[in-house]
Amino acid sequence: MSTLTRSLPLLAALLALVLFPLFGSSFYVGLVTRIIIIAIFAMSLDLLIGYTGLVSFGHAAFFGIGGYALAIAFQDASVIHLWQALPLSLFAAALAALVVGWVSIRTSGIYFIMITLALSQMFFYYFFESPRYGGDDGIFLFLKPVLMVGSEDILNLDHENNFYYFALSCLVLGYLFLVMILQAPFGKVIKAIKVNEHRVRALGYSTNGYKLVSFVIAGTLAGLAGFLEGAHTGYINPAYMSWHESGVCIAIVILGGVGTLYGPIVGAFIIVLLQNFLPEFTEHWQLLLGGIVIAVVLFLPRGATSLLPRIRSLIRMEKSISLSQEEKAKGDADG
Amino acid sequence: MELSFYLVQLLNAVQYGFLLFLVASGLTLLFGIMGIINLAHGSFYMLGSYLAYWLTGVTGNLWLGILLGLPITLMVGYLVERFAISFLYKRDHLYQVLLTFALILIFNELQQILWGSDVHSVAIPSLLAGSFQLTENQSYPVYRLFISAACIAIACGMYWVIQKTRLGMTIRAGASNREMVQALGINVNRLFAFVFSLGVALAGFAGMLAAPVDSVYPGMGENVLIISFVVVVIGGTGSIKGAFVGAMLIGLVSTFGKVLVPEMASVMVYALMAVILLWRPQGLFGRAA
Repeated sequence: MSTLTRSLPLLAALLALVLFPLFGSSFYVGLVTRIIIIAIFAMSLDLLIGYTGLVSFGHAAFFGIGGYALAIAFQDASVIHLWQALPLSLFAAALAALVVGWVSIRTSGIYFIMITLALSQMFFYYFFESPRYGGDDGIFLFLKPVLMVGSEDILNLDHENNFYYFALSCLVLGYLFLVMILQAPFGKVIKAIKVNEHRVRALGYSTNGYKLVSFVIAGTLAGLAGFLEGAHTGYINPAYMSWHESGVCIAIVILGGVGTLYGPIVGAFIIVLLQNFLPEFTEHWQLLLGGIVIAVVLFLPRGATSLLPRIRSLIRMEKSISLSQEEKAKGDADG
Repeated sequence: MELSFYLVQLLNAVQYGFLLFLVASGLTLLFGIMGIINLAHGSFYMLGSYLAYWLTGVTGNLWLGILLGLPITLMVGYLVERFAISFLYKRDHLYQVLLTFALILIFNELQQILWGSDVHSVAIPSLLAGSFQLTENQSYPVYRLFISAACIAIACGMYWVIQKTRLGMTIRAGASNREMVQALGINVNRLFAFVFSLGVALAGFAGMLAAPVDSVYPGMGENVLIISFVVVVIGGTGSIKGAFVGAMLIGLVSTFGKVLVPEMASVMVYALMAVILLWRPQGLFGRAA
């Protein structure tokens, strides 16, 4: 299959997303904006789980820090400049990921899972208990970031559609960035680490350095998602970085398809839509959500997007069967 | 006041540490023997507390409540192992995390359906309702001492079972080499089902004991779960001794932290873990990977 036909569904999906605000009401534009933000968050976790083999259970910490950096620095500002706020959030998340990663990558397996969990809880409790940053009430932001040249604003995120397209560009750029680094030699090394770390080390690579860089990249992207979420809702509280969010994020990655980058985007659509619409049917919707997640773990471990090639190969198999039958029939006729 | 004040805090720390030990020892056994990471362990603690609340209400007696509640937790543990966990033994940790996370969602929702979202309390049984007068204005409740005593009894019982009995021998062997135990003809499926149910019952028992001193509320298991993870990581997975030392350390740090530096108390626990792991990545009593 050529690259073009393989990326055709992705391009079609992108086109649909680009055109969506022309048809959707503002409620749905807001909802899809949220899905896009969660998709960036989940995609960044996929770099760790799906490509580097690091099961981080504290990824929400960087999401929360991205949001908090924005809220803390600009809660009293009269205008939030995008060119100041965005780099600040990314830097804060990257710094936190560097520290957390430095402590945790020297462990592996169950230990890594629990250490990332515990360290993210440390951030959670820090913000939960600090009255300076609003404690468990969190911080409100009454302004949206703007990009200004001189006194002219060229991008005002106060408009829902502007925000939508800004988030969508972040998703597309993030996706392309991850595809790029995964095709680069760096990506080959981290994928090799996932398969067999001992062998990669034996080849002379300092695997911890590669894992740490991967961790920081993922943390920074999660910070980007957190920045967008904080700016979008105008509200940031400790629940952003609770371990619940980390767990849901893992569920999104697996549900969509781990190790695919586009899978987590599909997963974000499924989970956020379920979170939004299940409560309309039943008060006890978490029961259903839990049941769905268990079913996925037991019966569909490669995620929803693994169904697509399976269906495709089924079709192809049927085609080849019918072709070979035709040939056989032809051969019989000739003979 | 100084000395007796610190004595009361010390007793509280030890009692908290013991409760943590009951939860964490189950967790660490699951890691060590079955290679399972069980996020739903906190839910079993919550289940214990709610059972204590419910059965004490029905029977009017905490002892009867615990007596009736324990078989229920054992049964729940067995069913969860058979119908969910047993599919995951050969799977990546990632899927264990996800499945047991989904179990938390389900248990939380079941708790809402069965018992609602109110905060409940359980009366301390009249036999243990008094308190020791230490000084004129410092006293210590008898029931808290009873918790510590009960936990010591359980810990000793566990030590005896694990060190002195045939079953314990199998468990220890399973923790050090699962394949070998299987090759020697021991029914690993049955062993795993037993260990899992036992871990669930321990967590449930801790929840029942704690019900009269803490209130019974939704989501109570999750705080316990994360702290128990910290205990297991500090002690080293699979090590009961490690779980004990870890639980006591966390009990002391978090109790005295709350008294001395209240705004940093929760952070300190995790900082302690980070420091210990920088020094020994496999935990205090864990074997190097």
